[in-house]
Amino acid sequence: MAEAEVYPYIPNSVPEVKQKMLDTIGIESVEEIYKEIPDHLRLKRRLNTPGPIRSEYALKRHCEELLEAGADCKRYIGFLGGGVYHHHVPSVVTTIMERDEFLTSYVGDAFADHGKWQAQFEYASCMAELLEMDMVNTPTYDWGMAAATAIRMAGRITGRDEALYAGSIGPERLSCMKNYAWSAVPAFTEVAFDEKTGLVDLADLKAKLSDKAAVFYFETPSFLGTIETQCAEIAKLVHDAGAQVAVGADPMSLGVLEAPGVWGADIAVGDVQPLGVPMQCGGGTGGYVATQDEPKYTGELPSLLFGVTPTIVDGEYGFGEVFFERTSYASREKAKDFLGTMAQLHGIGAGVYLSLMGPQGMVEIGEGIMQRSAYLAKELGALPGVTAPKLSGPFFQEFVVDFGGTGKTVAEINKALLERKIFGGKDLSTMCPDLGQSALYCVTEVHTKGDLDTLVGALKEIL
Amino acid sequence: MGIVKVRKNYHQARWDEPMIMEMSTPGVRGIIPPEPEAEIVDAVGDVAGALPEGTRRKSPPALPEVDQKRVLSHFLHLSQETLGSNLCADLSQGTCTMKYNPRINEDLANDPHFAYMHPWQDDETMQGILHMYWTFEQILKEVSGMDRFTLQPGGGAHAVFTAASIIRAYHRDRGELEQRDEVVTTMFSHPCDAASPHTAGFKIVTLMPKEDGYPDLDALKAVVGPHTAAVHITNPEDTGIYNPIIDQFVEVVHDAGGVCYNDQANGNVLLGIARTRDAGFDLCHFNVHKTFGTPHGGSGPGTGAMGCRDEFAKYLPYPTVEKDEKTGKYYLDYDRPESIGKIKGFLGSAGVVLRAYAWAVMMGPDGLRETAEMSALNNNYFLKMLEKVPDVYYPYAEGHRRLEEARCSWIKLTEKTGVGTDDILRRVGDFGLQHYWSSHHPWVVPEPMTLEPCETFSIEDLEEYAQVLEIIAKEAYDDPEMVKNAPHKCAVHKRAAEEELDDPDKWATTWKAYQRKHGKK
Repeated sequence: MAEAEVYPYIPNSVPEVKQKMLDTIGIESVEEIYKEIPDHLRLKRRLNTPGPIRSEYALKRHCEELLEAGADCKRYIGFLGGGVYHHHVPSVVTTIMERDEFLTSYVGDAFADHGKWQAQFEYASCMAELLEMDMVNTPTYDWGMAAATAIRMAGRITGRDEALYAGSIGPERLSCMKNYAWSAVPAFTEVAFDEKTGLVDLADLKAKLSDKAAVFYFETPSFLGTIETQCAEIAKLVHDAGAQVAVGADPMSLGVLEAPGVWGADIAVGDVQPLGVPMQCGGGTGGYVATQDEPKYTGELPSLLFGVTPTIVDGEYGFGEVFFERTSYASREKAKDFLGTMAQLHGIGAGVYLSLMGPQGMVEIGEGIMQRSAYLAKELGALPGVTAPKLSGPFFQEFVVDFGGTGKTVAEINKALLERKIFGGKDLSTMCPDLGQSALYCVTEVHTKGDLDTLVGALKEIL
Repeated sequence: MGIVKVRKNYHQARWDEPMIMEMSTPGVRGIIPPEPEAEIVDAVGDVAGALPEGTRRKSPPALPEVDQKRVLSHFLHLSQETLGSNLCADLSQGTCTMKYNPRINEDLANDPHFAYMHPWQDDETMQGILHMYWTFEQILKEVSGMDRFTLQPGGGAHAVFTAASIIRAYHRDRGELEQRDEVVTTMFSHPCDAASPHTAGFKIVTLMPKEDGYPDLDALKAVVGPHTAAVHITNPEDTGIYNPIIDQFVEVVHDAGGVCYNDQANGNVLLGIARTRDAGFDLCHFNVHKTFGTPHGGSGPGTGAMGCRDEFAKYLPYPTVEKDEKTGKYYLDYDRPESIGKIKGFLGSAGVVLRAYAWAVMMGPDGLRETAEMSALNNNYFLKMLEKVPDVYYPYAEGHRRLEEARCSWIKLTEKTGVGTDDILRRVGDFGLQHYWSSHHPWVVPEPMTLEPCETFSIEDLEEYAQVLEIIAKEAYDDPEMVKNAPHKCAVHKRAAEEELDDPDKWATTWKAYQRKHGKK
C-alpha cells in the first residue's frame, strides 16, 4: 500500500476503513488482488510524476498563475477565426453547461437521464430549423470529422470512391477528411475556386464530375470567408452527375444565408462551437451532421440518434435510440463507422443558445457580423499597400487581407500587433502559399467600432 | 462509518416538461445580440440585404421564441431530470470509470484566461496551457512506459482509430499494407477495438474467450500470420479479468510482424502498478475522461490520449507540443512531414487536458497509485457485498480475483422469475441510482450487469448499491410485474413502443420530423 495519506477524492483511503475492507474481503493486502498480474509485468518502483499539490487552494493558484502568464482574446483584441470563433457566451448557456447533472452524465438510459435526451432532441430540432433538414446527429468531435463523416456516407450511398472538394475549404479539415475517409473514398480531387471572387469554379467542377464522383464538398462561408452564391447551380450540376452535395456551413451565418436544405444540399456539416461554447483553445468544438430524414441517409449516419417515443403514460414524451443496429455500439465492425464519446455537452449548449436567440436573434447577429466585418475590410483596404478584401465575392465574418504591397511579412506585422495587445489575423503564408503575404481576419459581434479602429490605428503605425 | 441509506422514498424530479418548441410565442425574445454602432451602419449600409437572391435567407429559421427566464427554467428542469454521476453512487456505468469530477477543475476550465484562448494565438501567449499539455504527456509516458503521446483524439474510440491510421502508415512504409489487412481483437475488448480499425480499412477477426473466460492464445496463434496488421486488445478486459499471459499474446503478434495495441479504457486500476510497455505493447491509449477524472459531458467532450513507442512517433497527428530545453519555452511543431495529418482540429479537447493535468498533479505519484489500489479494493469489497444478493454471479476465472470491475449475470434470476437485466437496470433508477450498464453487444454473458466501483466511491456507497440490488432481486420473486414495469420514480416511465424506434415511418429525431410523421400541430 502507498503511504497512509487521506485523499479528499478517495473516501476509503482512511486506514481504518481500508482495514475493514481488507478484513471483509478476507485478504491481508491489496497485493492479493494484484497477484493476478504476473510479477515480471509489475512496476517495481514509485512513479516519477509531479505533485502532489494537496490543497485545493494551492492547485488553484498554481493553475491560475500558469494561465495568467499568457494572453487571451479577452485581455487582447483578437481577429483569429478559421474554425474556432470568439462569440459572446450567454450566461444562461454557461449555467446549463456547468450543471453537474448534464456535465457528469454519460450513457444512462432515457429515464433517469430523460432530461439529457430531451435537451439533445431539442438541440437537433433547433439545428433542423436552422438548416431546413430534419435529421441531425448527436455531435461528433468537430467540423473536420463531421465533413469526413459526410464523405464516407456519400461513398456508401453512391457506391463511388472519389470525393471532389473545393480548394477554398479549411486545410486542417481536408487533412481530417482524407485520413478518415481513406478506406471508403480513397480518391480526393480538388476543384478550383475563382482566385478573384472566391467562388467555386463551375467549369472546373463540371469537368471533374464523372461517374466516379461520390460527392462534392464545399463550404459557405468558405475557409477564406467568402459566401458561395451559386449553391443551387452547384447542387444541380452535382445531382445531374449522380453525386451527393455535402456542404460545410457555419451555423452562425444561417440567420442571413439561405439554409442548405432549401437550395438542395444532401448533407450539411459544421461546428456548433460558435453557438455558445467558449473557444477553450480550440477545445469547444462539436461537429453536426444533418440530412433529410430518409432511410437512405439515416441508414448511413454512424452517430447516435435520440428519438421521441411514447411511454406507458398517455401524453408523456419518452426517448430512445433510433435505429441502434446501425451503430458500432450494437454491431461492432459491422456498423457504418466507429462511434464513441464525442461532444454531447456542446450540443446541449448549442441547443440552449439557439433557444435563447430565436429567429430574430440569429438574423440580427448575422447582419451585425456582416456589417462589422465589411467595415473593417473597408478601413483596412484604405491602408497603403493593403488589399482588403482580397477576394471580391461577398463574405461572412472572415476575409483575406493581402499585405503584399506593404513590403512587410504577415509574421512581422503580427509580431508588431502582438506588442500592442492585438492578435492579428491568421497568417496564411504557409497554410495557403498561393495567397502570398495574406492573413485571414475574423470579426464577430464581440468587436466594437473602438476595437476595429484600434487595429486600423495600430496598422497605420506599423506599416 | 456513515449511514448506509437505501433511498426507498426517493423520487426524481418529474416536470412533465413540454418541448421548447411548444413554448414559443411569436415576437418573444430570449436575448438581444449587440448592435453594431451607427457609424459602422452608416459606413457600410445593409450588407446582408445586398446579397444576391437565393443566397439571402428568405424566411427566418423557425426557432423557439421564448423569454430568458423560461428558457433557463426549462433547461434547469431538464437538468433536474438528468442523473449526473456527481449526484449519486454511479457505480452503474461499468467500463466508464465514473469517478468524482472535481468542481475546482471546472473553475479552472472556466477561467477567462483559458476560456477566451484561441488555438492560433502566438505560442508565446499560450505557455500555460502548453505547459499543461507537455507535462500531462510526461505523466502519461511515465504511467505507460511509452515514448510519445498525442492528446488530440476526442475519445477512446477516436484514439483507437488514430492508432489504426498510424499502423496503416507504418505497414505502408514497410511495403506491407496490401498484405497486412487484418486486425485481431477479442470479444471482451471494447467494440471500438473492432469498429475503429474497420473504419480505418482493416478486416476484423474477433476471438472468443476460452471456456474459463481468459483470452485464447491458441486461437490467436491460429489466426495470426503474414496478413496480420495488428492486435487491438483491452486489458483487463470488460470482465475485469487480467490476461496473465498478455506478453505472450504480444510476442505471437510481433513474431508474425504485426503491431500490438493496448486499449486501456480499463486502465484506472493499473496506475503505478503495471505499464503497458513492459508487456511489449507498441501503442496504447487512456480514456482521459475515465482515468484522469474529467467529466463525461453526457458523452463528450473527452480525450483519448494515445501513446506509442519512438518508432511510431513520426506518424502522430500534428502539431505536437515540444519544449525547447535551452529556453524552457514550449512550442507547437507543425513540421512533421510523415504525420498521418489531422484527426481533430487544432489541439484536441484542451479543456479536458487542463482538467486532467490539474487532477494528476493534485494526486501526485502516490495518489495515482492509491487511485489504482482503491479501485481494486473497492471492486473486491463490492463483489463480497454482492454475495448477499440472490442469484447474481460473475462467470469465468473461478478462484481468480477481478481487478476494477466484474461482468455479472442475472441469468439464474431470469430463468426463475422472468425478470431480466433490462428490467432490473430500469428499476435501479427508482432508488436514486443511475441505470446500470448491462454490456456491450453481443451479450456473451447472459443477462449481464457491469458495475465499476472505482476509487471515489465510499464504503457506504458500495453497501447502498448492493442493498438496492438485493431488494430488487427479492422483488423479482415477490412482484415481478413491478420490476418489469419500472421505472416508477424516475423523470419518465417505461417506453411503450420500442419497435417504433426502428420504424422509419414512426421514428422522429427532431421536432420537425415529429410534426410531419405524427401530425402534431
